[in-house]
Amino acid sequence: MASASPIDPAFLDKDGNPLFHLAHEPHHPEGSSTMLGFWMYLMSDCLIFACLFATYAVLGGNYAAGPGPKDLFDLPLVALNTAMLLFSSITYGFAMLAMEKNRVAATQGWLAITGLFGLAFLSIEMYEFAHLVHEGATPMRSGFLSAFFTLVGTHGLHVTFGCIWLVTLMVQVARHGLIPANQRRLMCLSMFWHFLDVIWIGVFTFVYLMGMLR
Amino acid sequence: MSDAAHPKPGHDHPDAHAGAHGTMGSYMIGFGLSVILTAIPFWLVMTGFFANPQTTAIIIMAFAVVQIVVHMIYFLHMNTRSEGGWSMMALIFTLVLVVITLSGSTWVMYHLNHNMMPTMSHDMSQMP
Repeated sequence: MASASPIDPAFLDKDGNPLFHLAHEPHHPEGSSTMLGFWMYLMSDCLIFACLFATYAVLGGNYAAGPGPKDLFDLPLVALNTAMLLFSSITYGFAMLAMEKNRVAATQGWLAITGLFGLAFLSIEMYEFAHLVHEGATPMRSGFLSAFFTLVGTHGLHVTFGCIWLVTLMVQVARHGLIPANQRRLMCLSMFWHFLDVIWIGVFTFVYLMGMLR
Repeated sequence: MSDAAHPKPGHDHPDAHAGAHGTMGSYMIGFGLSVILTAIPFWLVMTGFFANPQTTAIIIMAFAVVQIVVHMIYFLHMNTRSEGGWSMMALIFTLVLVVITLSGSTWVMYHLNHNMMPTMSHDMSQMP
């Protein structure tokens, strides 16, 4: 009899014989593995940045008689950029708190503010890059500048795609509301956005601040 | 709740949302710590507080590591329990690879540069 058996009834068939495979696959609710999967993606992205950081560490001193970090970097501008990304992180946090309370308007508002901070970050970075290129410090100038533009540019590209994703999700939320699928997507973007902030900590410390110490 | 209504023996599904969000308090703590941990390194470098650049470099790297941990805990909500510990496992594995990539590259390339210095050329001239 199944009820007297020490074996879990889920592993017995209707006659009480043990099953060597599950009669029914355990039910996984939709999207239950999305967050872990997205985390795996972020970790692989982390490895891309590790390679770019390693490249910068190796090539960062090869100025080829060209300008070095002290000639090029403007720390107040970098500090402003860092502030933009930090503010965008906390405003995204507020968007997530509003999402939890199921407040669509507040969520959209905080997402919009986050997007504006993201755009401010990108604008400042574009201004910085344009300024460098104008001074002749192009990626072709030296190994240091190739590595610099690749590392910082890749981060900037990530932020760009984060902004596009953010606008896409704002349209999705506007059309369908805070349905579970949209909540899941917003949580993925939240991880992506905070992850980019973590990478930026490495960039401003390792590239800009340490560059000024060389 | 739904677990009680539909028991799934042998398969505990940790609630995907448990601990996945922060609170207003945790976000503000994280933000405050981040501002402090960002401002101090910038201040140290911009004012040249320590005469020795190496001291400054070590200190700002320590600040970066602490700030990364703060972001991980307060913004990315990392803990040992989320996703049954698998996200922590993935993070540890990634950190090991990152350390190998960074330290290995700098170590190998430093020695390569060192051994390819022009001063070594007289050794090569001894070669047949």
